[in-house]
Amino acid sequence: MVMAPETGSAVALAGVRRTFGDVLAVDDLTFEVPRGTVTVLLGPNGAGKTTVVRLVTGALHAHGGTVRTLGLDPEVDTEGTEIRRRCGVVPARPALYDRLSGTDNLEYAAALFQVHPGLVQSRVADAAQRFGISDALHLKVGGYSTGMRARLALARAVLHEPDLLLLDEPTAGLDPESARTVLGLIDEMAEDGKTVLMCTHLLLEAEGLADQVVVMDHGRAMVSGSPRELTRQYWPAARVILDADDPAVLDAARALPFVRAYERNGVALVDLERETDVPDLVDALVGAGARLTRVEPQAPSLEQLYFAIRRENAPS
Amino acid sequence: MTRTPKQGRPSWVIARTDLRQLLQARDFWLPLMIVALLFFVIIPTFLLLILGSVKDANLAKKLSDVVGSLPKDLQAKVHGQKGPASASYALAVYLFAPLAIIVPLTVSSAVGAHTIVGERERGSGEFLAHSPATERQIYLGKLMASLIPGYFTAAMGFLLYSLVVNLIVGPKLGGWFFPTTNWWVLMLWVLPPFIALALAVILAISARVSSAAAAQQASALATLPLIVIAYGVSSNTLFRGMGTAFAIGGLAWCGAIFALWRASKAVSRERLLGMGAT
Repeated sequence: MVMAPETGSAVALAGVRRTFGDVLAVDDLTFEVPRGTVTVLLGPNGAGKTTVVRLVTGALHAHGGTVRTLGLDPEVDTEGTEIRRRCGVVPARPALYDRLSGTDNLEYAAALFQVHPGLVQSRVADAAQRFGISDALHLKVGGYSTGMRARLALARAVLHEPDLLLLDEPTAGLDPESARTVLGLIDEMAEDGKTVLMCTHLLLEAEGLADQVVVMDHGRAMVSGSPRELTRQYWPAARVILDADDPAVLDAARALPFVRAYERNGVALVDLERETDVPDLVDALVGAGARLTRVEPQAPSLEQLYFAIRRENAPS
Repeated sequence: MTRTPKQGRPSWVIARTDLRQLLQARDFWLPLMIVALLFFVIIPTFLLLILGSVKDANLAKKLSDVVGSLPKDLQAKVHGQKGPASASYALAVYLFAPLAIIVPLTVSSAVGAHTIVGERERGSGEFLAHSPATERQIYLGKLMASLIPGYFTAAMGFLLYSLVVNLIVGPKLGGWFFPTTNWWVLMLWVLPPFIALALAVILAISARVSSAAAAQQASALATLPLIVIAYGVSSNTLFRGMGTAFAIGGLAWCGAIFALWRASKAVSRERLLGMGAT
């Protein structure tokens, strides 16, 4: 039995490289996933996110650099087995057995992930209830809707109470309502203290869930950090939306010394040096005769942040 | 009634689940069972009944000539003096022997061809690749899941064929006489390594190709020579002495063990994920 050190990051990648023939899928990738947090890998299709999940569990071997998962080395046979026993993976395709019932699928996973036989029935029932599929467990999975398949895949991934959850596009192909439910369930798991590494190209998914964001492109991490850190780094110190009875009066803001950028297209969008400049801005505009109807400091959405990062890091 | 799930070795867990899926796939196993019934029961019954009912003197002589075409030492072993009874015995004991190998081999090949590439096609290979089962355990599970249907078909077919032969030919020869010693050797010593050998080739193919259709085609091509060899071997096992039978079986076991060891290297997590498929 391998005893894993329980300190440090749940996942640590350092200079990791992986190729498929001539294609470089992951290139000098370095980032860490702290325990008990939700880390979101953001990036377009083909950025290397799925490869990262496979490298983390040891399903694929790295061609360079080091991978440590739960303090263990997936390249070592016994440690790789231990890592996979302690990870729950929801692949981009649900990877279910259509000819079997929901119960059979869950019991298969329980047996393979070495859940004690005495606990299997209760774990299956609990997971099914949690993910809202209790009534469909006796049915063959081939007849499940896409949403139910996603829920069953999630239930299967948590059945053995993994220390690390790896979710690869968990809402792919779901309708908005099912996607919202699935994201809510992931949020619940995160609140329970699970470490979650989630891949997505849908920025709205990551919004509100992510403790840390790693933006990937062409197999590399362009940037990583908490949304707050990234906002500080890539977003103007303060952005304010303004409106007035006579919007033209707002153009006076352009001349103010603490205004970094000004744009008016219906409402005015003003970038300031600091958040503390907002009262001075309001004073100045009122002084210029504006009757303000809207003053709204704006935090960037993850989507805005993502595109700001990509703009900043785009090759010149 | 609730069922208590059993925990077992990962290889057995994988095999058990594959077999359960196979049982659910009636459209897959029903044609195979029909083929098995056709070769083990329907055709032998039909031919043996026809032979037993021959009344024409000329035809009876021709049938005696058939027995005369067997090797000399076998002619001495053929029960009954002349005519339809001896021809029935010869047919039952010597001429149907290849079926004992070909039918189970076909069943195992059909199951084995889908077993790994099928996981990839469904996407469930990803689930196995991320599971704690080792590559060796996955291979063993897949091997068992393919071997068991073949051996089961062989055992059931053997049982049914024995009943048919004893019920139709037995009364003319003074009682039940089948299986003969050589048939026991064929079924227990020669047949198992041939099925294993064929499966080793098929699993290695199934791990490498990109679709079940390609696996089926390639497997058919790869197992054809094996079927031809099996045909000859099964006849030889019965036509020649026990020494030859044991020697052939021994060689087949050596080949099967080597092939199974080699094939185990073909199953990898990367291939379950669809990498390296051709």
